[in-house]
Amino acid sequence: MLAALVQFKPRKGDVPANLAAMRAIFARLAPKAPELIVFPEAALTGYFLEGAVYELAVDAPTMAQRIDEQWRASGAAAPCDIVAGFYENVAGTFHNSAIYVRCGEPDGVHIVHVHRKMFLPTYGVFDEERFLTRGRRLATFETPFGTAAILICEDAWHAIMPTIAALKGARLIIVPSASPGRGLCGGDELESNTRWKAILSSAAAEHGVYVLYAALTGFEGGKGMSGGTCAFSPRGDLLASAGPLESCIITVNLEREEVDLARATIPLLGDLSAVLPDLWLDDEIPVMRRLEESP
Amino acid sequence: MTMPLIEAPLDEPSLVINAALTARWLEAFLHDELVVRRGIGRAILGLSGGIDSALVAYLCARALGPQNVYAIRMPYRTSSPSSLSDAQRIVDALGINAETIEISDAVDGYLKHAPDADPRRKGNVMARMRMLVLFDQSARRGALPVGTGNKTERLMGYFTWHADDTPPVNPIGDLYKTQVWALARHLGVPNDVVDKPPSADLEANQTDERDLGITYAKADRILNLILLGYKDDAIVARGHGAADVRLVRRRVDATHWKRHLPTTALVSGTAINEFYLRPVDL
Repeated sequence: MLAALVQFKPRKGDVPANLAAMRAIFARLAPKAPELIVFPEAALTGYFLEGAVYELAVDAPTMAQRIDEQWRASGAAAPCDIVAGFYENVAGTFHNSAIYVRCGEPDGVHIVHVHRKMFLPTYGVFDEERFLTRGRRLATFETPFGTAAILICEDAWHAIMPTIAALKGARLIIVPSASPGRGLCGGDELESNTRWKAILSSAAAEHGVYVLYAALTGFEGGKGMSGGTCAFSPRGDLLASAGPLESCIITVNLEREEVDLARATIPLLGDLSAVLPDLWLDDEIPVMRRLEESP
Repeated sequence: MTMPLIEAPLDEPSLVINAALTARWLEAFLHDELVVRRGIGRAILGLSGGIDSALVAYLCARALGPQNVYAIRMPYRTSSPSSLSDAQRIVDALGINAETIEISDAVDGYLKHAPDADPRRKGNVMARMRMLVLFDQSARRGALPVGTGNKTERLMGYFTWHADDTPPVNPIGDLYKTQVWALARHLGVPNDVVDKPPSADLEANQTDERDLGITYAKADRILNLILLGYKDDAIVARGHGAADVRLVRRRVDATHWKRHLPTTALVSGTAINEFYLRPVDL
């Protein structure tokens, strides 16, 4: 499966311009006929919206329609799956979401999955939970490559999230992100990007999954989105990565056998499945105590 | 054979920047903030002859092209002649546009009405006059004013409120002074400019470090630890003098107001920046 990861630099709040840019990317990729194209978090609006999120959020069918219109207008022929982050309006409840749609089917666009970000960063430069409601479930879904899951940005920083995704059968984890770059004292790249790579590589290697990371780039009011779009193999190897500052596209071939081989070589996921019941039923875990104490 | 004992030192995050990456980051910032966001391809800055404005001139020239950068020298009659000549060296090295506009008449015109003004008040009048000139020249040339204040002076409150801090865009405001030095050396700012004692040049023989009562090298490390949340005793445990830590902490705590917009009385549920929340770029 050929996947394309788009390091995208939106014009802040200018949805028509960003849809036009999305269309141009589809046209550019059409000759390669990727089966999966991944855009970052908040791809069509930019990330830091504050109160404007209520003006720019749309429901999932509208987002799917917008993507499909660009895909059709681009001249692409083969069916293609597309992931993009967006601010979602669910009848007046607002989420930081990512949609997975299938374009190019005769009966129109299909919404395969919508993931609503569960970990909303609300510290330091971040203020998501002031404006948004967190998602309640990490679900997996089926793709041409196999079972997949989406984790949005901070979702992926919690090791339990890729763990749950893998336990639910994910062989592919897609991570749309918008990460303000910080830390210029860490060597050859931004410290925040170094940390991202360590987290993503660790998740891939521990569970034997492909991890695809697509990030925003460009500055929003002084905060530079740090790019660093990249892909990791099920062994945790970095397959390709982008720099911090430029719009670009990474393509990567995903091979089903690689997942099996990685898991066969180091069967950590199988080991976890065996031990998990003992871990999960440990009544010393605080969350278990809280559940028992609740009325 | 004695078993080796390896003792880990107390952690103190480094201030040593990757200068090449920092330069690329700040050039992209300037391009995005001026050209992409505002559609303005020209920058204007006050060029004092000191390291901060020299570094910003270098960054602007790299981001926008030297032909799109306007450096305004605004000496007062007591300003050091070497400041003017240092500024000229930077203009010549970069090939940027430059103009010298004396502020003596304008400043003295006001000070005739303030005969009791002490050096501090006079310095503030000069700083605010320079910003008045810079913004008028900005309108004349269709160029965006770019700020030159660094993180150390912002944190120590060592600037004139609504003067040095006024330009809408500042590429070096999150860099400590010692990081400004490192980046300036990397970009080729003349050594004489980098090495001379930093001075606001508002009074004869003035230096920043004498005014502040501490060297930048010491202040920056202490500031970094304060901002990371370390308490005073933990900073002292990392080898810093208790008096230095108290001095820096006092200056930071006493000047939070200078890093904010004016305090506005909240009387509604739509108070700007309290309930009505919009990012600066949307």
